[in-house]
Amino acid sequence: MDLKEKLVSSFLAFENKVDIDAFVHDVRSDAIKIFEEKGFPSKKEEAWKYTSLNAILKEDYSVFPKQENALEYKDVKPYFIHDIDTYKIVFIDGKYSSHLSETTHDGIDVCLMSAALSKPKYQLVIENYFNKAAEKDSLSALNTAFSNEGAYIHIPKNKVVEKPIQIVHFSTGSDAATMLQPRNLIVVDENSHVQIIERHQNLTSNAVLTNSVTEIFANKRAIVDYYKIQNDNANASLIDNTFIKQKDSSIASVHTFAFGGKITRNNLNFYQEGERIDSILKGITIIGDKQHVDHNTLVHHIEPNCESHQDYKGIFADRSTGVFNGKVVVEKEAQKTNAFQANNNILISDKAAINTKPQLEIFADDVKCSHGCTIGQLDESAMFYMRSRGIPEKEAKALLMYAFSNNVIASVKIPELKQRITNIIAEKLGVNIGFDL
Amino acid sequence: MLKINNLHANIEDKSILKGINLEVKPGEVHAIMGPNGSGKSTLSSVIAGKEEYEVTDGSILFDGEDIDELAAEERAHKGIFLSFQYPVEIPGVSVTNFIKTAINESRKARGLEDMPAKDMLKLIREKSELLEIDRKFLSRSLNEGFSGGEKKRNEIFQMAMLEPKLAILDETDSGLDIDALRIVANGVNKLKSKDNAVIVITHYQRLLDYIVPDFVHVLHNGKIVKSGTKELAHELEEKGYDWIKEEVGA
Repeated sequence: MDLKEKLVSSFLAFENKVDIDAFVHDVRSDAIKIFEEKGFPSKKEEAWKYTSLNAILKEDYSVFPKQENALEYKDVKPYFIHDIDTYKIVFIDGKYSSHLSETTHDGIDVCLMSAALSKPKYQLVIENYFNKAAEKDSLSALNTAFSNEGAYIHIPKNKVVEKPIQIVHFSTGSDAATMLQPRNLIVVDENSHVQIIERHQNLTSNAVLTNSVTEIFANKRAIVDYYKIQNDNANASLIDNTFIKQKDSSIASVHTFAFGGKITRNNLNFYQEGERIDSILKGITIIGDKQHVDHNTLVHHIEPNCESHQDYKGIFADRSTGVFNGKVVVEKEAQKTNAFQANNNILISDKAAINTKPQLEIFADDVKCSHGCTIGQLDESAMFYMRSRGIPEKEAKALLMYAFSNNVIASVKIPELKQRITNIIAEKLGVNIGFDL
Repeated sequence: MLKINNLHANIEDKSILKGINLEVKPGEVHAIMGPNGSGKSTLSSVIAGKEEYEVTDGSILFDGEDIDELAAEERAHKGIFLSFQYPVEIPGVSVTNFIKTAINESRKARGLEDMPAKDMLKLIREKSELLEIDRKFLSRSLNEGFSGGEKKRNEIFQMAMLEPKLAILDETDSGLDIDALRIVANGVNKLKSKDNAVIVITHYQRLLDYIVPDFVHVLHNGKIVKSGTKELAHELEEKGYDWIKEEVGA
């Protein structure tokens, strides 16, 4: 039985295990039909031309992971931003881990999707927002069909959440191969501000495939900063589907730090449903071996006077491959749009490759849209300059690569996170130098 | 300190240096002059260890050791410094971080701990004052958007920080106005001691009014064709290089 059949035939059993709310049941049932009809995407589809899932779909995944293995905080501490006070929503093999988490209902809701989907007090928010941003593509639909657990964050209006919120998913290899379908819903009401850090971490060499959906709603004048740390091991693959709907004068940013995993696909979609909205998409990809990272972005400018800023940097070593496919749509009504997109790449091996494709569809006539892609090598004259001052080749390379990605790092607003990202980059580049530029 | 014997060097099979002999002792200042294309910059790049150049014959000894096989950074760790004619812009790396990294890597190579931050800051303050460098300048990206004069001053600032045994100044005077030239020359003079040496590579005699050489060498067509004292530089300034070419040709 292939994975698709296995998933489809597991659906009833899945729904029997979870609390069934009529509304959610209908959404899930519709979703499984979409998945059954469309199946997994193949390279024949334009959006998947450069990313094949074949290799990872062959595994015999357990669709219902076994009960959690216990994890001690001290053993997994390095995977948290642990030097500041944060809320934490932690999952082990798809199950909520209360002893690693720190949730709250004190003025804001930082808790579990399973609770939100089943308890009447959340019903209104669920009916207004759940599955209202996600696309109807097969992978998002698959997640929707099996949506039960993940983070539920609701920030009512006029709240500045002082502590960042960490969403961390661990897999412990309790099955030979595990498929996870986390589902996050984040609703930020008027004038509120929240910072979220998300991480997926496989703790063993058993295979993990995560098909995640995150829906984010930034209401009027809300500020949402979302940081994704993707630094998983060589047996973990991630399909991340993130959908963001923004209302008037809101600012939403997503930083994606893609440092690892086997295959990583980021589908990141922004929809601007109001005026004076700013959408910020930034990413740093540093990979090697045979790793593959695909960034597939969409910014949909629907109303006038909005902005979007995309800045993705990629550094590819060994036989690693990257894809950047950035689509910007400017509707006829979206006059005075200012859309900026840049994708810069460095290939440090002859065998590494990047496919980069900007796609602009502009139907308005009074807009400012720019895009630029570059693919290059490290500057030899800069290398000699640095080495002649006593900086060894490896460190000189690292410094150049760090400098190359520095403007993305500089825009991280949480200092401890910025330091952590900097450390991960130094580790990736195999150097022990502080990049306090 | 530096002993160059019969040095021949090529770039992409093109022969540039055709038998250079030069000895520089501690405490000395040597000037190497010559027309465009005579091989001046090649000589400085070869001493500093630029990999594009291939040494085909002869040797470069530094403190008695043949440095031909050493990487550029290893030469730097031994105390060789090249001030670039065209310093490279490195966006995203600040002047301070760059020099800090350079100093600590050199210390690491000598088995020393990183310089404590307090000492580093003190040293930076001291040396930037010497070269009349504004503190704000130090947090800017290395050479990015610097004027010609700022770039050269920054080169000498780095030299002051690294305290090399042998400093090679490649056309440091080009692109400098007279005030910047005075500041740069003043900086170099203050760093001079009986234990270190300077090679000034220049097309014009102007810089040599400020950094007074003990010896002047004329490079032509990949060879040193004439050596003398500072009076030779004046003669070249007055008469140009043609008479040397004729003399060599004859």
